[in-house]
Amino acid sequence: MSAFRGLLRKEALHILRDRRTLAVVIFMPILQVILFGYAIRTDISRIRLAIVDPSPDAATIELRNRFTATDAFRVVRVLPSAGTLDRLFASGAIQEAIVLDGDFANRLARGLTARVLVVADASEPNSGSAMESYALAVIQGYERDIAARGGAVRIVPEARMRFNPTRASANLFVPGLIAFVLTIISALMTAISLTREKETGTMEILLVSPLKPLEIIVGKVLAYLVIGFVSVLLVVAEARLVFAVPLRGSLMLLLGEGVLYILTSLSLGILISSRTSSQRVAMIGALAGTMLPTILLSGFIFPIESMPWPLRAIANVVPAKWFIVIARGVMLKGVGLEYLWPQTLILLGMTVLLVAAATRSFRIRLA
Amino acid sequence: MNAVTVEALSKRFADVVALDAISLEIAPGELFGIIGPDGAGKTTLFRILVTLSVPDAGRATVLGRDVVTDLWELRRRVGYMPGRFSLYPDLSVEENLSFFASVFGATIEAQHDLIGPIYDQLAPFKDRRAGALSGGMKQKLALCCALVHRPEILFLDEPTTGVDAVSRRELWELLDRLRNTGLTIVVSTPYMDEADRCGRVALIQRGKLLGIDVPDRIAASFGRPLFAVRAAERYRLLIATREFANAATVFPFGDVLHYTDRRDGVPPERIARELREHLQARGFADAEVQETRPTIEDTFMARMGEPERAA
Repeated sequence: MSAFRGLLRKEALHILRDRRTLAVVIFMPILQVILFGYAIRTDISRIRLAIVDPSPDAATIELRNRFTATDAFRVVRVLPSAGTLDRLFASGAIQEAIVLDGDFANRLARGLTARVLVVADASEPNSGSAMESYALAVIQGYERDIAARGGAVRIVPEARMRFNPTRASANLFVPGLIAFVLTIISALMTAISLTREKETGTMEILLVSPLKPLEIIVGKVLAYLVIGFVSVLLVVAEARLVFAVPLRGSLMLLLGEGVLYILTSLSLGILISSRTSSQRVAMIGALAGTMLPTILLSGFIFPIESMPWPLRAIANVVPAKWFIVIARGVMLKGVGLEYLWPQTLILLGMTVLLVAAATRSFRIRLA
Repeated sequence: MNAVTVEALSKRFADVVALDAISLEIAPGELFGIIGPDGAGKTTLFRILVTLSVPDAGRATVLGRDVVTDLWELRRRVGYMPGRFSLYPDLSVEENLSFFASVFGATIEAQHDLIGPIYDQLAPFKDRRAGALSGGMKQKLALCCALVHRPEILFLDEPTTGVDAVSRRELWELLDRLRNTGLTIVVSTPYMDEADRCGRVALIQRGKLLGIDVPDRIAASFGRPLFAVRAAERYRLLIATREFANAATVFPFGDVLHYTDRRDGVPPERIARELREHLQARGFADAEVQETRPTIEDTFMARMGEPERAA
């Protein structure tokens, strides 16, 4: 058996023996995608809504039914007057209120403009405006339908608002999520792999062997690549099955790019590992070095285009930025390497640089 | 050509001098002991010799190769067993061994003539994880791993520390057998009573060399009559003996005290008689005083007190 194959076999045994870590590494991405996938949605559902309807009749009940019928709203109160709204908002019992005029039906029937007041809890500005536009869209739909039936309602200019909340945000976030969970898992795995040898003292005996730093580093990266690949498979499957994210491009290309991205992250981890001496420091370094840049500077949540130029410049060295472009391209736009080769080359280049840096900072002697 | 040549080797860590201008030579085929208490500098010296560390001053060669510049060649040819158990606890006995064999492009089978005697003792546990072995078994496995590539010289840093008495004896027997194959072995130990197992020993203390010689001559170099003093109440006996007007040194040694006299040229029988009378006068009716052969430990203790006499 050659030295390098022996090394690979040994790393594989380490991974297989540590069942608990293996389970965490494989199932964590799945769990994270679900948690993040549901947590980071900009669209809102089940908004707690109060409707103030001072003079209920067929017309107002039809409007009320439209709110009840959509998933976006949950009508929790129907009130005769607006008097108690303040208290309900303050206690959080409702997030939004629709206040109808007392002569709502009357005015509609006479072809006059009926007034509807929409009040939304804007303590979170984004959700506030989202809730407001949902309500307006429901009201506009109602207005349009009456007009279609020949009712004398003034046509209001249409503000298009599509109701497909779950899918819209999942499409945007899941490719970014894949990048996020793969980065953290991969970087963490390799970050502790070298430091563990330093802590258990086995590094001492590994160093006195003829193994070259590059062999040790590449051996560790390759062994973890297999686990990383399993993660990619699971997470991509999950994106399809749970979030129904389309896969318009080639699956093989997506998996291949996933492997490349994992290699980049593993190399980042090993660089951290070669520069630290304890597992704890390496772990903190890997988390700090991957988590924040991947969340904030990759375009995962916040669009890079709207950042000031220094941040845009920094974002260029965040590997996740390039992988997210690739993943969105393959999954949503269905494009192939003919468009994605620059990003692919950048990830390849980063991997080579990181491995070279790790090899350089690998100390061939004890301190 | 010497197997090991060390010339004025020095190494310091922050404000601690680990090695202070140490020089020694080890011939091929020797079983050479480096003996000294914890913190004497044994591990630092070993790490420099196996290319894991760089000296601040001085020079060292192993197998004729410089330990600083010829690092990659030496790493192929040297066997090293660190003081701390340094195998993979999550891998089995066999997996550890075949990993280290593969690193050097060797196989367990091909090395059977060399490691066989040790490996046969481990064979019943070959599927057990290394972390679950007893202390003695761990050391035997580590020794196997250090030998699996047929090194030309073997460095063992405190192989008997933390190992039970039976395993210690077995380990020394194994080293003896390895020496008979012509392998040069350098071994360190904090236990003075293991010095006799070595062909030659170097005594070191606080980074300084106190002497190098064959064990018997080191013991013989003590140079003064030495007496073993024995009585039932050892602690009171120590105080009473130290109060004897002519006492030079009094140390507890096993279950007796070792005593030297400050006077030169007095016949040993007279010293023994005078000391016995002194002790009997202090109420130690059962006190025995006999001249005894100095051991390496006596020499070590004596030289520790007067480092300027170092060889």
